[in-house]
Amino acid sequence: MEKELIPNLFRTEYQKIVSVLCNLFGIHHIEIAEDIVSDTFLAASETWAIKGIPDNPTAWLYTVAKNKTKNHFKRNDIFEKKIVSEIKHTSPLNGEEIEIDLSEQNIVDSQLAMIFMVCNPCNSDEAQIALALNLLCGFGINEIADAFLSNKEVIYKRINRAKEKLKEENIKIQSPNSTEIKDRIDTVLKTIYLLFSEGYYSTSQNTTLRKDLCAEAMRLAYLLIQNTATNLPSTNALMALMCFHSSRFEARTSENGEIILYEHQNETLWNQELIDRGTYFLGKSSIGDTLSKYHLEAGIAYWHTLKSDTSEKWKNILELYNHLIILEYSPIVALNRTFALSKVRGKQEAIIEAEKLNLTDNHFYYSLLGNLYTDIDNLKAKKNFETALGLAKTQSDKNIITKNILKLTTKI
Amino acid sequence: MNEFILIFRRDFSTKELQPSPEEYQQHLQQWQNWFGSLAAQDKLARPLQRWDGKGKLVTSNKGITDGPFVEIKESIGGLIVIKAKDYDEAAAIAQDCPILNFGGNVEIRMAV
Repeated sequence: MEKELIPNLFRTEYQKIVSVLCNLFGIHHIEIAEDIVSDTFLAASETWAIKGIPDNPTAWLYTVAKNKTKNHFKRNDIFEKKIVSEIKHTSPLNGEEIEIDLSEQNIVDSQLAMIFMVCNPCNSDEAQIALALNLLCGFGINEIADAFLSNKEVIYKRINRAKEKLKEENIKIQSPNSTEIKDRIDTVLKTIYLLFSEGYYSTSQNTTLRKDLCAEAMRLAYLLIQNTATNLPSTNALMALMCFHSSRFEARTSENGEIILYEHQNETLWNQELIDRGTYFLGKSSIGDTLSKYHLEAGIAYWHTLKSDTSEKWKNILELYNHLIILEYSPIVALNRTFALSKVRGKQEAIIEAEKLNLTDNHFYYSLLGNLYTDIDNLKAKKNFETALGLAKTQSDKNIITKNILKLTTKI
Repeated sequence: MNEFILIFRRDFSTKELQPSPEEYQQHLQQWQNWFGSLAAQDKLARPLQRWDGKGKLVTSNKGITDGPFVEIKESIGGLIVIKAKDYDEAAAIAQDCPILNFGGNVEIRMAV
C-alpha cells in the first residue's frame, strides 16, 4: 500500500500540478514547471521515507509545489524579469506574492487549457499523442517508448521537438473560448481517440500499459465532459465509443496474447458496467443535430455489444456503416461495411460488392474475400487466404489467416 | 481518373407514378446502400449534398415558375459527382442507380 502510494499520486497529481504551473508560466517555461513538480515528488519520496507519510499526502504535495515555485521566483533573475512581468498581466497578485491556485476549479480549467495546447495541429498526430502522454498523463519517456514500440531517444526527441514547435508558434496556454472550442474540438477529440487506439490496437505485449493508455484517453474525454463548454454531443459520442470498445478488452486476447476475433469471443468476459456507461454517454450524445463520425462508430460499437446475430442488428450496423463511409472514406470501413452487407444480403451479393473494392495491397481485403467465399467456393476461399497470408505483416494476423486456411483444407 | 456528374431525373408530378410510403421507405434504403457502395469504392468525388425538392424554373421568356414543373414532366431528384475512368465506367455505375426502378433516368457528363 505504502509502496504504491507515490506512483499512484504521481499518476493522478503530477499532471494536475504541471497544468496549473504551466498555465501560470506560459508555454516558454513548461520545462521549469515540470522540473518543479518532479522535484516535489522527489522531496516526497525522500521525506516520507524518513518521517512517514503525512495525513494528507495530496495537500502536502500542493504545499511543497507552491513553496518550490515561490522559491524559484525569489531565486531566479529570469523569473523576476520575464515571467513575473508576464504573470502580472494575467493573474491577480497578492502584494508581491504570486498566487498559486491549486483549487479544484483551477485545476480543471488548467487541464482544459493544457489539452487544447497539446492537441494543436501544428504538431503531427504522433507528436501530439506523445506530448499528451507526457504532459497530460504524466507518462515517463520509457513508458511512452514502450507504448510506441520505439526507443527512448526517438521519443525524447519527438517530445522536445513538439514542445519547441509550440514555442515557435507561440501557442498560448489559456482556457479556450467558445469559438476556439468549436473550431478545435475535432482535433482534440481526434488526438484522444488516437491515444485510445494506440492502447487498444497496439501490438505491445505490455497489457497493463495498453490498458493505461485506454484509461488515460477516457480520463481526458471525461475531463472534457465535466467542463460545460466542452461537454458536446461529439465528446459524449467518443466517450461512449471508448466505453463500448474497452468493454471487450478482456475478451479480445487469449492468455498467450493472441487476438480473439469478435465472433469467437466469450461474451461473459465483456464488461457490462462499461457497456452500461457507454449506453449512458450514447444517450447524452444524441441531443442536438450533430452527427459526428464518433456517433456512427459508437452506434456500430453499441450493436456489437449484443452478441446474438439478429437481422435488426446487422441492418442497423450496415446503415451506420453506409453513413460512416460517406462521411469519411477509409479502406477498413469499406471492408467492414461489406462484411455487414454479407450479414444482411448474403454472401453472393457481398462478394460482388467486395470485388469492386479492389484493395489489392490490403491483407484484410483478401481475408474478407476468403471469408465470403468459404462454403461458396472453398478453393477460391483458400486462394484468397493464401494471398492474405503473403501480405500480412504481424505474427498475430498471420496466425489468424493460417488457422482459416487449415479449417478450409478439411473442407476441400 | 475523371470526374463525372450524374443527374437523376424522374417524373415527380404524375400521381400514379409516385411510390407508396412502404415503397418509398424501401427506395430510400436502396439509395443509402447505393451511396454506401459508391463511397466504399472511393468513387465519390464530392461530399453528398441534399437539394431542395421544389426549386424554380426560369423559362425562355424570362418567366419564373415554381416547381414541380408542369411543362417538363421530369425534374431533377438529385445529383452526385463521382470518380470514374471513362464514360463506360460511369455508365456502368449509373446502371445501378435506384432512380431507374421508378422509371427515372440518369444523365452523365464528364468534367472537362
